[in-house]
Amino acid sequence: MKQLVRLFIAVFIVAGGLMYFTSYLNSSEGYSGSNTLTIYNWGDYVDPELIAEFEKESGLKVIYQTFDSNEAMMTKISQGGTTFDISIPSEYAIEKMKEDNLLLPIDHSKIPNLANIDSRFLDLSFDPDNEYSIPYFWGTVGIIYNSDLLGGKTFKSWNDLWSPDLRNQILLVDGAREVIGFGLNSLHYSLNDTNEDHLQEAKRKLGTLTPNVKAIVGDEIKMLLAQEEAAVGVVWSGDAAEIMGENDKLDYVIPEEGSNVWFDNMVIPKTARNIEGAHKFINFMLDPEHAAQNAEYVGYATPNAKARELLPEEISQDERFYPKEELTNKLEVYENLGKKMLSHYNELFLEFKMHRK
Amino acid sequence: MTKTRNLYLIPYIAWMLLFVATPIILIVYDSFFDVEGHFTWGNFQKFLTPVYLRMTFNSFWYAFLITLFSLLVAYPTAYWLRRTKHKQLWLLLIIVPSWINLLLKTYAFIGLFGTYGFVNSFLDWVGIGTQQILFTDFSFVFVSVYIFIPFMILPIYNSLEEINPSLLYASRDLGASPWMTFRRVVFPLTLGGVKAGCQAVFIPALSLFMITRLIAGNRVVTLGTAIEQHFLVTQDWGMGSAIAVLLIIVMAVIMIATGNRGARNTIR
Repeated sequence: MKQLVRLFIAVFIVAGGLMYFTSYLNSSEGYSGSNTLTIYNWGDYVDPELIAEFEKESGLKVIYQTFDSNEAMMTKISQGGTTFDISIPSEYAIEKMKEDNLLLPIDHSKIPNLANIDSRFLDLSFDPDNEYSIPYFWGTVGIIYNSDLLGGKTFKSWNDLWSPDLRNQILLVDGAREVIGFGLNSLHYSLNDTNEDHLQEAKRKLGTLTPNVKAIVGDEIKMLLAQEEAAVGVVWSGDAAEIMGENDKLDYVIPEEGSNVWFDNMVIPKTARNIEGAHKFINFMLDPEHAAQNAEYVGYATPNAKARELLPEEISQDERFYPKEELTNKLEVYENLGKKMLSHYNELFLEFKMHRK
Repeated sequence: MTKTRNLYLIPYIAWMLLFVATPIILIVYDSFFDVEGHFTWGNFQKFLTPVYLRMTFNSFWYAFLITLFSLLVAYPTAYWLRRTKHKQLWLLLIIVPSWINLLLKTYAFIGLFGTYGFVNSFLDWVGIGTQQILFTDFSFVFVSVYIFIPFMILPIYNSLEEINPSLLYASRDLGASPWMTFRRVVFPLTLGGVKAGCQAVFIPALSLFMITRLIAGNRVVTLGTAIEQHFLVTQDWGMGSAIAVLLIIVMAVIMIATGNRGARNTIR
């Protein structure tokens, strides 16, 4: 008993001491609620050097937290109890957050650098006039493949995935919209299709892909492909750029049937405490030099026209990541299909996962 | 006297109400609503469709395999552990890995089991050749067993420790062979520990998720995966809750069926 009491006292002293120490550290550096900026972003989705530079320039202390899906992020913000000043959701999530009144309008007069953004990426259907969101990155979904492991095979179409010599060679990203979407695309349907017959047809077709699918994984897909665990992957373009940076035998293609184009935009969630700082951060990130540095680090395509000019030519002219007009026209944005349809998509995806070889 | 005793009860009751009863009530409540917030029995009806029934069957089958293999490894280990000289040291070595974060251990296995991982280089070196280990049923069960094994060893070890050595001497004096002693004396006396261990492994194994993605590459889909998806991705909290409610019921039934009463009966 005495030992137990002693143990508890020791734990209390250590915990109390640490708490005092952190609060001392924070106050000695002058950090409190109003001079911090909490950013809630995807993992590995900003150049850490830029954060450091922003801290120096603005005098704000940045707290960086990460999420791994739009849905998880929305759940956390709508549940409250958080103080995120900036978040970077994808377009369909922005639409939904707008509907649920989770966003604060952005004051364009505080963001002069908005002029640097390519007008193609402004005033899109999910957020007319960019009232709530400012473009951060954009990209596509496509196929990444390792020709060396496949005897020189290349890919053009989604249907190439069904080739019988790819048995147990494909890694898929764990996303219902992505997988059902390319199922629909491979049949030349829209990836926002809600026609039940088309969806069932896509599901049946995906079922026949099962023998080729090695695994359906999350962020690990980057590591697994770079280490040649499998030869083919269906991934987001930015992930593809990162994987290709690590292993140059890999190549990326946007399939000819069309695919998804997505936008990640910066927003100010309703939970924000430091709205002024959030505007400063958005403006900072839109500065051409900062945006170019960030694009080089992250590997996704920047919507910032001035920044693209600053990028080395082999990046800015790479059609795999900055596709030509005619292919761009075939790319579709995920529409917000409503909770019920989304639930149905997930149900179909779950059924697809349940297929055994 | 009764007053102070009631006073002691307050934290316990408050805890149970706040963190056990309330969440369960909320989950049961949620399970009767669809995505649009209307009352419905649909979630439970949906559970009875082939997809979810197969998923349930999968969950039970894998949880059973995990429990079985854990037991097969844990019992001899615990038995051997009791007879070693430096018991505390060996015990510590078994417990230490459970201090390491589960996710880290799981990631380590991705490296070990990969096509170019350590295990495959070894298989290659002995001449068996590269096998697919990652993303198979085998790797899923193996990693799960690895993670759960301390929870099986400890209760069995404790029940072995509690056996009075004089019982064993008596058995030997009365002419029983070592095997007979084990079967008639040791094993029945450790049944309680075996049951506790099986419960401690089977029930969490039923709702494993994460490992199903990292190690089995979503080739194994269990109810835990479905709950995670419904809460985080679909935001169909009703369906997620309905699955959770059914799992709670099943677990309660298992707890009752394998409760202590049974253990005492078998000893007699």
